[in-house]
Amino acid sequence: MSNTKSLLTIKDLYAGIEEKQIIKGFNLDIKPGEVHAIMGPNGAGKSTMGYVLSGRDGYEVESGSVTFNGQNLLEMEIEERANAGLFLAFQYPVEIPGVSNLEFLKASVDAVRAANGEEAISSSELLKQAKAACKQVDLPLAFLKRGVNEGFSGGEKKRNELMQMLLLKPKLCILDETDSGLDIDALQLVAKGVNSQRSEDRSFIIVTHYQRLLDYIKPDFVHVLADGKIVKSGDASLALELESQGYAWLENGNVEAKIEG
Amino acid sequence: MTVQVEINEALGREYEAGFISDIESETFEPGLDESVIERISKMKNEPEWMLEWRLGAFREWLKMEEPDWALVDYPKIDFQAIAYYSAPKSMKDKPKSLDEVDPELIRTYEKLGIPLIEQQMLAGIAVDAVFDSVSVVTTFREKLYEAGVIFCPISEAIVEYPELVKKYLGSVVGRKDNYYSALNCAVFTDGSFVYIPKGVRCPMELSTYFRINEQNTGQFERTLIIADEGSHVSYLEGCTAPQRDENQLHAAVVELIAMDNAEIKYSTVQNWYPGDENGKGGIYNFVTKRGICHTSAKISWTQVETGSAVTWKYPSCILKGDNSVGEFYSVALTRGRQQADTGTKMIHIGKNTKSTIITKGISAGRSNNSYRGLVKMMASADGARNFTECDSLLIGDKCGAHTFPYIESRNPSAIVEHEATTSKVSDEQLFLCRQRGLDPEKAVSMIVNGFCKEVFKELPMEFAVEASKLLEISLEGSVG
Ligand SMILES: Nc1ncnc2c1ncn2[C@@H]1O[C@H](COP(=O)(O)OP(=O)(O)OP(=O)(O)O)[C@@H](O)[C@H]1O
Ligand SMILES: [Mg+2]
Repeated sequence: MSNTKSLLTIKDLYAGIEEKQIIKGFNLDIKPGEVHAIMGPNGAGKSTMGYVLSGRDGYEVESGSVTFNGQNLLEMEIEERANAGLFLAFQYPVEIPGVSNLEFLKASVDAVRAANGEEAISSSELLKQAKAACKQVDLPLAFLKRGVNEGFSGGEKKRNELMQMLLLKPKLCILDETDSGLDIDALQLVAKGVNSQRSEDRSFIIVTHYQRLLDYIKPDFVHVLADGKIVKSGDASLALELESQGYAWLENGNVEAKIEG
Repeated sequence: MTVQVEINEALGREYEAGFISDIESETFEPGLDESVIERISKMKNEPEWMLEWRLGAFREWLKMEEPDWALVDYPKIDFQAIAYYSAPKSMKDKPKSLDEVDPELIRTYEKLGIPLIEQQMLAGIAVDAVFDSVSVVTTFREKLYEAGVIFCPISEAIVEYPELVKKYLGSVVGRKDNYYSALNCAVFTDGSFVYIPKGVRCPMELSTYFRINEQNTGQFERTLIIADEGSHVSYLEGCTAPQRDENQLHAAVVELIAMDNAEIKYSTVQNWYPGDENGKGGIYNFVTKRGICHTSAKISWTQVETGSAVTWKYPSCILKGDNSVGEFYSVALTRGRQQADTGTKMIHIGKNTKSTIITKGISAGRSNNSYRGLVKMMASADGARNFTECDSLLIGDKCGAHTFPYIESRNPSAIVEHEATTSKVSDEQLFLCRQRGLDPEKAVSMIVNGFCKEVFKELPMEFAVEASKLLEISLEGSVG
């Protein structure tokens, strides 16, 4: 495993938004097929990390490097990163009224295919795949016709993100609290969705606050992100420890020192 | 790249219909007086009553003032600097068939995506092609005639069906109605005439395609559609003009008559040249469109307005008969320095009359987009209902969206509902689309298309696709 080429390598990354530094010396290496869980307190920079990796406007990288599949990720446009196989499932998915889910899925799938020199997917093939994905995330087929996230409940939005992931078959899936706001059944469903997609050429970054999800998805690594950097890494058992002890023992004096300063 | 820059790029497309056809034309000298009107009438071989009608309108027009209540701003129009008639020379001998029509004219329409050769056309759509001041050709006339449907240039109808024209021309939009309609009555040159007999469902979509080509020429077209009792017709008009630095005037009048139980669906895809991003050139589109509904009749206006430098247009319904229905669905996109003041009037006279108004205004660049609508419930309109929904979408922060709803109700049993929303193409929406692989251009057009869906679904199928493509192309302008 150790001599396999990395899918994603983040080195000494410093980044932020509007002059405010949020990511402060972040390092991470992900090999194909690995599942990494990232946990950490509110405001630690977990979502920011996902935005920086996907290239969202306003997020500036100060220093450090990110290599994705052998390419310099930081030089790529948002859609180029997406088409290269980077997928972000949003913590708060946005609505696009009037654009049907199916239409949106077709446009996305076709964009990725075009970037790989493939021709557009046929409508019947897309429909077939979309129906299967709907079933897998347990959304009624009627959701394919509805506007993207339009009037969806919180949990439905999360499932919809997963559906997009199932169709796009990315190389790296960043799931930002996809388990938040889900009922217990749905949680298992997300886990099943992820597990079904686990393969040698697909990696995951799973951002979560709950050990629960990790019971179902056995991560290869668990990292704790606090104040913009990874302060502890371990295997799945780290999540259990965090569950029982919280984050305070990791951050020790840091937080207090900051408040006083 | 910032969001603004991306949107700018997404919007930065050219006007595709901006080419000029090299066609030799016979064009009047600019200027307007009674002798010009006499010449137009003569060119068209009109009967005496028609000339008198025109002159009457002209005398009224001279007494009128140009209206200034709309939220549009443009320099005063010099009506003496406009030529009021222009026609391809080759049309002088009235070609009997398409073989005799100047191939350059046919090519012009082909370039615009409107093949005039019947074999190449979309099955089920008959086209009247109006070039500057004359109708070039009307397709499928014979097939329609078999069904009893009359579809011909109005100049021909004046000669061939004087009784119908005399009875209905000016019956919905009177000669004194407004400044531009009075001018139209005086100088109109061509347009389409449609008559659907009792109980007939028109077997094809009818459409008229207007093209302004000649410089400094106004286009004053006139359309008259009469749907006799229990008949049904769907009609579509499209319009384009070359890219020129001077402004050009287009002042049309459309009258619809829906007799008892008849239904008229009138769709417009308006893509006149909008001017460049600094507001140079473009068409002034001052249009009066109105229909009258008799008992249980229905008129439905659907418009997609993407062109013109200035648009002043309020397709309206007079709901005279009991149980009649009026609908207005509109998408108006403005960008660059475009200005649109558009909306509708629903005049409820009959009992239990119903009207629905759904408008989608999209503003980009430094454009101004206004909805102006009147819902009037007369004392006689017991149980009448109106529902209005006006949504505005802003792209960038230098544009404006305005809503001016006027409600006058003289009947306490009438119900009027109005909803309005304003939203923006958000950074989050754009990011979601791009994160899923779409380029910014595709992302913006998809978001805008979604916003317009409610209106697009009212268009005939073939044109719904056209309209969303047009929107994609028209999303030009700067947000900087
Ligand atoms: N636009 C912004 N301007 C200024 N600060 C911001 C902005 N966006 C995020 N932040 C700050 O950056 C920090 C990290 O936010 P982020 O959303 O990445 O946290 P998180 O780890 O995902 O938290 P949570 O667990 O609550 O989702 C927070 O302190 C947040 O307030
Ligand atoms: Mg977060």
